[in-house]
Amino acid sequence: MLEVSGLSAGYGSFQALFGVSLKVEAGEAVAVIGPNGAGKSTLLRAISRLLEPTAGTLTMQGRDYTRLPAHEVIGLGIAQVPEGRRLFPRLSVEDNLKIGAYTPSARARHAERLEFVYSLFPKMLQRRLQDAGTLSGGEQQMCAIGRALMCGPRLLLLDEPSAGLAPLIVQSIFGLMRTLRAQGYTVLIVEQNIQQVLKVVDRAYLLETGRIRRSGPAAELLASQDIRRAYLGV
Amino acid sequence: METSIFDIFLLEAVLNGLLLGGLLALLALGLNLIFGVIDVVWICYAELVMIGMYAIWWLHVQQGLPLAMGFGFGIVVVAVLGAVMHQFIIRPVLGAEPINQLLVTGGVLFFLQAAATVVFGVEFRNLGVRMPSVVIGELSLSSARMVAFVVAIAAIGGTWLFLSRTYLGTAIRAISQDRGIMPLMGVNPGRIYLLTSALGGGLAGLAACLLVLQYDIHPAIGLSLGPITFLICVLGGLGNLIGGFLAAFVFAQFISVGGFFFQLEWGYVIAFVFFIAMMFWKPEGLFAKRR
Repeated sequence: MLEVSGLSAGYGSFQALFGVSLKVEAGEAVAVIGPNGAGKSTLLRAISRLLEPTAGTLTMQGRDYTRLPAHEVIGLGIAQVPEGRRLFPRLSVEDNLKIGAYTPSARARHAERLEFVYSLFPKMLQRRLQDAGTLSGGEQQMCAIGRALMCGPRLLLLDEPSAGLAPLIVQSIFGLMRTLRAQGYTVLIVEQNIQQVLKVVDRAYLLETGRIRRSGPAAELLASQDIRRAYLGV
Repeated sequence: METSIFDIFLLEAVLNGLLLGGLLALLALGLNLIFGVIDVVWICYAELVMIGMYAIWWLHVQQGLPLAMGFGFGIVVVAVLGAVMHQFIIRPVLGAEPINQLLVTGGVLFFLQAAATVVFGVEFRNLGVRMPSVVIGELSLSSARMVAFVVAIAAIGGTWLFLSRTYLGTAIRAISQDRGIMPLMGVNPGRIYLLTSALGGGLAGLAACLLVLQYDIHPAIGLSLGPITFLICVLGGLGNLIGGFLAAFVFAQFISVGGFFFQLEWGYVIAFVFFIAMMFWKPEGLFAKRR
């Protein structure tokens, strides 16, 4: 479905990614794991075209979109839940979800998808008229995921969904991964919480200092001695 | 008996202040909307109103168009001017220092003023439309002001509905809170900027329609509207639409009632002194935007 090949990107003179290649097949859940500062968020920003790559190509369902303006990427069926959730704090939950359905094709199915998001997150229905800035961390994450679902994406990019959340909430967010997969979404998730994320994805890539160091089935990486030693502290 | 006449005049001043408040609120809305979305203060905003007034005068008096058509075209002219202003003046300096952005719009102010002087001359112009006063008991109010008030409030209400109900309006409210992620929602920020500038221009054009019924037109009329509009926006918290709306009515009362107790000019002096005092007391604005 998504193919990234030889992607390099950075900020000014600082290069964050060096020829990163990865693939996500339809129906898969894939994680990019790695330490802080490895370039994981940069990678997602480049995939959704918020950041201009210096080299490499991006392909979605066979279509090269390396030069597509950022606001048209959503039209390919790619939606991103950004790092830190980035809700509009002074807009209500419902208005945040409405922005998620901004594109003309999404507007046509706004009501139906709103109902779907509320069925997925009944809490959001309760809080629908509340300013998003007043939600708890976990609720904000639900709202941010709901907002991304409003455009009816095929591929969902999640940037550190567990960051800054209490352990119990983290559990439920990862539990949600299973629900989303069952709904047929293809998921690419970037996480520092390696142990947890490897339990809910099929495959993973290990990104270190801007380069893919390893890749393979999640269970294999989870069992690997060096990953356990370096990242899981066991 | 003397006190009752006094009371009626005072009531008249309060009502006139209310009517003026509606018009000032309309001006503040346009300026605030543009600032809230694009983060640039159009110091030349009132000069757009001035151009609109001349456009209506030229179309109606010089070209003989019916007044209603003059009004319609006037609004369109200023809306287009707003879009042009954004595309060619603001867009190139979007990444520049705020002071440079301010100076650029200041340059447009003097350019428009000078251009109007060259094209239309320094004479005072008017439509020659005299609207009657409405007399209720001993009260006498200008019907032009009443019409201006009703239309301004209706336009503000319409803008409010647009912002709260439509997708585009919701995006306009959202973009001032987080510009960076708008593309992830499929929103092209550049397009929102352009449309907001045109909307702000359109509101200035509507204000021109309402003002041209009450005041003579001259190239410097922007200078008597611009500073007040800007101060109202600051008083209400720049970019805060509700704050600007309320501040317009507070400010208008100072001008109107202050002018009643002293002289008209003193009304402005009192209003500006109030503004300066408020800036010491609440520099973030009377109705500070929640952060």
